Amino acid sequence: MTTVIKAPGEAAAERSGAGRPADRDKRGSDGMVLNVFSHGFLAVWAVLIILPLVWLALGSFKTDAQIGGSALSWPSNWHLDAFGRAWDKGIGDYFANTLIVMVFSVPLTMLFGSMAAYVLARYPFPGNRFIYYFFVSGAMFPVFLALVPLFFMVKRFDMLNTYQGLILVYVAYSMPFTVFFMHSFFRTLPTAVHEAAVIDGASDTRIFFQVMVPMAKPGLISVGIFNVLGQWNQYILPSVLMQPQTGSDPERYLLTQGLIQLQQQQGYATDLPVLFAGVTIAMIPMLVVYLSFQRQIQAGLTSATLK
Amino acid sequence: MSHVAQGRGRGGFIAGFLFAPLALYLTFVIWPYVQTFGYSFTNWTGQSPTFDFVGLDNYSALTKDEVFRGALWHNVLLLVFVPTITILLALFFAFMVNAGGRGGAGGVQGVRGSAFYKIVYFFPQVLSLAILAVLFGAVYRSDEGGLLNGVLTRLGLVDPQTPVEWLNEPRFVLWCLLLVVVWHGVGFYLVLFSAAMQSIPKDIYEAALLDGAGRAQTFFKVTLPLLWDSVQTSAVYLGIAAMDMFVLVSTMTSGQFGGGPDHHSEVMATVLMRNFLYFGKSGYACAMGVVMLALTMILSLVTLRATRRERIEF
Repeated sequence: MTTVIKAPGEAAAERSGAGRPADRDKRGSDGMVLNVFSHGFLAVWAVLIILPLVWLALGSFKTDAQIGGSALSWPSNWHLDAFGRAWDKGIGDYFANTLIVMVFSVPLTMLFGSMAAYVLARYPFPGNRFIYYFFVSGAMFPVFLALVPLFFMVKRFDMLNTYQGLILVYVAYSMPFTVFFMHSFFRTLPTAVHEAAVIDGASDTRIFFQVMVPMAKPGLISVGIFNVLGQWNQYILPSVLMQPQTGSDPERYLLTQGLIQLQQQQGYATDLPVLFAGVTIAMIPMLVVYLSFQRQIQAGLTSATLK
Repeated sequence: MSHVAQGRGRGGFIAGFLFAPLALYLTFVIWPYVQTFGYSFTNWTGQSPTFDFVGLDNYSALTKDEVFRGALWHNVLLLVFVPTITILLALFFAFMVNAGGRGGAGGVQGVRGSAFYKIVYFFPQVLSLAILAVLFGAVYRSDEGGLLNGVLTRLGLVDPQTPVEWLNEPRFVLWCLLLVVVWHGVGFYLVLFSAAMQSIPKDIYEAALLDGAGRAQTFFKVTLPLLWDSVQTSAVYLGIAAMDMFVLVSTMTSGQFGGGPDHHSEVMATVLMRNFLYFGKSGYACAMGVVMLALTMILSLVTLRATRRERIEF
């Protein structure tokens, strides 16, 4: 690749001055200046990203006095007790609640989303286009438009502050994007495989689960990542739907809600390290997941936006 | 569309596969959307089962609601500045990452460590807004313990006796929130633009180079026009994000559901939530939802029209 680019580069240099050494030097130092320049800007922004995160994590090792005193102080001890206290304050439960919801909501989203997308992508029937646009149009509306009636709808089903209520709502709100993405994916799959399966006597349902879903795996992974991130980070839906309705109701806060709850408690109290430790605990799984799958995450989210 | 699928007796299969997804979607998404329009014409409180039809009263009340009008104006400011700043920074960094390398080959070489920059820049994208709210709540603390005040004090720019109350200062609060959104978004759009830049064939750059184009010229005459589709999409996405802002405002600023000090950081979403959950004015809140929808629609149309260019194929 480099040689391909280089050849016209030389050509240009020759054209603009028959390749005189002075010219070449000028080019070289130009590149150098820009190289330093771009590295400078890029490094500054990288520091602006990393510094607050590291600073916050260090805060979990500080004392209250140290946190309030000076932002640039170094933690005096390296005990992990703030993490333990944060866990006791409910971070563990919030974590578990989020996991419980997502263990059901993500697979259900993927199953229902690809079922609908598959039928809409590969089976012509009256109303097909209409249903497809019906599904896809949901992505265009702000969730605030639905919030008030949604609350009363879930209440009517007696599912406020329940896992199953939130799971169903998550699945429903993930539908537009999932159907949209998987629809375009199923359309690209070759029909020959389908035909072969039909000749072999496989039923439609069987073709879907044993032929189409395995073939659509790359698409499913992209959408899956998108849904995991989206549902893990969701805040508005749980903060409306997962509030204890009576005094005896258990708190079923999700992690994002729990963090905000902790922030509001600690804003007045004097245990800030607990808050910082809580955020650090919430951040670590994302960091691990991100570093292990960063290529897929970047590719998945990018293609998701461009489609 | 596949012709093998056109057999008889597939009606049951099609209906079976569509039933559950469609039922869920209708119940929890479409029907509430539709209901909002209906409720927006009533004085429903949400508590009592009865309510009256009040026509356009909620909407005319909205036009007189100072808090809501202020919130609307803040949303408009955010709509203009969030996409502009984020896209400019992301384009700049994307170009640096992809073409800022030592220019021996004429300026189409990425910097060393571009993969590292992409990994770091993108990371905020996977953090939840709740984490950002706590993180930046601490960064903007109104004493020396805040990262921003701490650094500025150390640099001698802020008097340690009177640190800046970033989130309680009417002039700053909205811009402080805006910076959080930009911090969060730049990495994502950098990666997005990078992907688009890398799909531009190298021979186009070579041709530009042969014609004697410099690096800046290459960017404005070649790269940017070819990226225009992605820029346009990004503007719409960022606009929608700027319409929302609920999490950051409600958790980082003072007041019931945020918006403080004295409504200087109010956005439509926080006013809506306060009216719904705190004042129990469900019908009124629904009218705000409808206004938000209308603005989102207008925003998308305007962005797509204003940024329309001849589509360039390559």
